[in-house]
Amino acid sequence: MAPTRREFLKIAGVSAAGLLLPPWAPLAAGQSPNPAVPPAAGPLPALTARRWAMAVDAAKCRPGCTDCIAACHAAHNVPDFKNPKDDIHWIALEKVGHVFPAEAHSALPEPLRALALPVLCNHCQNPPCVRVCPTKATFKRADGIVMMDYHRCIGCRFCMAACPYGSRSMNYRDPRPFIAKLNPEFPTRTKGVVEKCNFCEERLARGLFPACVLACKEKVLSFGDLEEPGSEVRRVLERGFSIQRRPELGTGPQVYYRL
Amino acid sequence: MFEKALKGSRGYGIWVAFLLTLTAVGFYFYLRQLAYGLGITGMGRDVSWGLYIAQFTFLVGIAASAVMLVLPYYLHDYKAFGKITILGEFLAVAAVIMCVTFVFVDLGQPGRVMNVLLYPSPTSILFWDMIVLNGYLLLNIVTGWTVLESDKKGVPPPSWVRPLIILSIPWAISIHTVTAFIYAGLPGRGFWLTAIMAPRFLASAFASGPALLILFCLLLKRITRFDAGEKAIQALAKIVTYALATSIFFVLVELFTTFYGQIPGHMDHFRYLFTGLDGHRMIANWMDVSAVVACLSLVLLIIPRTRQKESLLALACAGVFVSLWIEKGLGLVITGFIPSPLEALPDYIPTGPEIAITTGVWALGLLLITLFYKIFISVRTED
Repeated sequence: MAPTRREFLKIAGVSAAGLLLPPWAPLAAGQSPNPAVPPAAGPLPALTARRWAMAVDAAKCRPGCTDCIAACHAAHNVPDFKNPKDDIHWIALEKVGHVFPAEAHSALPEPLRALALPVLCNHCQNPPCVRVCPTKATFKRADGIVMMDYHRCIGCRFCMAACPYGSRSMNYRDPRPFIAKLNPEFPTRTKGVVEKCNFCEERLARGLFPACVLACKEKVLSFGDLEEPGSEVRRVLERGFSIQRRPELGTGPQVYYRL
Repeated sequence: MFEKALKGSRGYGIWVAFLLTLTAVGFYFYLRQLAYGLGITGMGRDVSWGLYIAQFTFLVGIAASAVMLVLPYYLHDYKAFGKITILGEFLAVAAVIMCVTFVFVDLGQPGRVMNVLLYPSPTSILFWDMIVLNGYLLLNIVTGWTVLESDKKGVPPPSWVRPLIILSIPWAISIHTVTAFIYAGLPGRGFWLTAIMAPRFLASAFASGPALLILFCLLLKRITRFDAGEKAIQALAKIVTYALATSIFFVLVELFTTFYGQIPGHMDHFRYLFTGLDGHRMIANWMDVSAVVACLSLVLLIIPRTRQKESLLALACAGVFVSLWIEKGLGLVITGFIPSPLEALPDYIPTGPEIAITTGVWALGLLLITLFYKIFISVRTED
C-alpha cells in the first residue's frame, strides 16, 4: 500500500523530528537496537519510539462519524457478526459518562455529555492482561505496544477478565466468513483466540501511521513517541489538561483524552 | 481393586448407565462446541466467563472436604473420622478432576493447552493454579488408594504415606487461596478486588464440601451396609455449622465495607447481585434463594435437636450445598463482569449446549465418585 500524500507528510514530519532524538535513538530503517521492533517491511523506514502513545482531542470529534472504526476494522480484518454477544472490535465509540464514569457529572454541558469518545486498547505501561496470561501469548514490547500472539493464545480469556477497559474481544466463532472485505496484508484469526488493537504495529514497521489516526479528517487522534519532546502527541498534550482512563489503577494507560 | 467397581447390583448398573449417558450427551455437545466455538455458550464479550469457570470455582471448594477429615484424624488423632477419611480423599479426587475438566472445556483453543507448560508464566495465577490443583489431585489419589489397599490386605499403611497426608493439609488450603487469587488480584474488577476473597473461599468450601460428604454418608448408610457412624457424621455437621456461619459472616463483612464505604464501582456489583440493577434481576433471583436457604440451613444446624435428627440434618446439608452452589457456582463469577468496564449491563443466560456440557462434566464426576465409593464399600464390607 503506497502512502498517500498526507501520510507522507506526516512521516516526513516525524522523520525531521527524529533528528532531535538523542544519539542512541534509532534513525535508520532496519537498524533498530531493539530486537522486539521488527525492521522495516516496506519502502519506508520503520517508525520507532521509546513509548508509543495516542492523544484524543475529543472536542473535535464529529458526531455520528465512524471513520476511525471503519479504517481500523478494514485494515485488520475485524469481523462483523451483527450480534452484540459475539462482537469483536478494536476501537469503538462510547459515551463520555461510560468512558469516564467518575468524572462525568450531571452539570456537564449537554454536547459534552452526548459526546462519544473513541476507546481502544490503552497499551498500558503496566498491563494487567500481560501479567495474567498463562502462556505469554500477550506481551509488551520495549516500545510500549501490548501485542497478541494469535498462534499461542489458548483462549482462556483471563486477559479479558483482567483488562479494566473492556478492550479485548474473543473470537467466539470462526470470524472469517464475517469479514466484509479481506485485507491480504494482515492475518485473519481463528476461532477461540482473543484479539485487540495493536497500535497498528504492522503499519509502523512499514513506516506508516495507525489507520485510525490517518482516517480521522478532524484530526482528533494524534500519535507519536511520548518520550520525545516535540512529537505530535506531546505537542497536543502540552496544550492543556488531559486525562487517562482509570489511572488510579496503576496501569499507566497510554491513550490520553483532552475534553 | 478396580475389579470391584465392575460388578454390582442392578440398581448400581442402572445408575452407572444413567451417568454414562449424561456424560455422553455432554461429550456430544462438547464436540459441537469444538466445531462452532465458544459462541455456542451464553458467554460473550462482556461476560467472558460463565457456568464453566463458576463450576470450577465451586468444585475447588468441594475438593476441600478431604482436609476437614484428614486434619482431625491425622493431626489430632480423632478416631471417629478413621472410617471415612478415604471417602473425603476420593471426593477430593473426583472434584479436582471435574475442576480441571471445566477449565479445559472453557478453553477457546483446547488443542494448545500444553502451551501452559511450554511457556511457563509465573506471573500468571492460572499457572500456579494448574500446579496446586494437579499436585492436590496426585496427593489424594496416592494417599487414598494406598491406605485403602493396606486396609484390604489388613496391614497398616506404609510409613511413607503419612508425610504425604500431612502435606495434603496445607496443600488443600493452597488450592483455595490460589483459586481466589485468580479473581482477587484484578485491578479493574471491583467485585473481586477484595482481600477477603481467599478466606471467603475457604469458609464456604469447608461448609459445602463436608455437607456433601454428610449427604453421601447418609446415602451409603441407606443403600449399602456401610455406616460412617453417628459420631463422625455429627462431628462433620458441627464443622459445616461453624464454616457456614463464618461464610455468612464474611459476606456480611463485605457488605458493610461496600455499602458503608459507598464507592459506586464496588456497590453496583453488590446491588446487581442482591437486588438487581435496572431490572436485570436474573442473578438476584437466584441469590434471594441462596440467602434464604443459607439462613434456614444455619438455623437447622445450630439447634442441637434438629442437627442430631438425621432427616433434618440431610435437609440442612442439601440446603448448604444448594445455597453455596448458587453463591459460588453462579453469582461470584458472573457478577464480577456486571456492570462491564464501560458500564453496560449485559445479560448472561447459559445456552442448552452449555448446560448439557456442564451436566456432562458433573455426571463424569459423580460417576468417578460412584466407582471410587463402590470399591471402598466392597473393600470395607465384604472382607
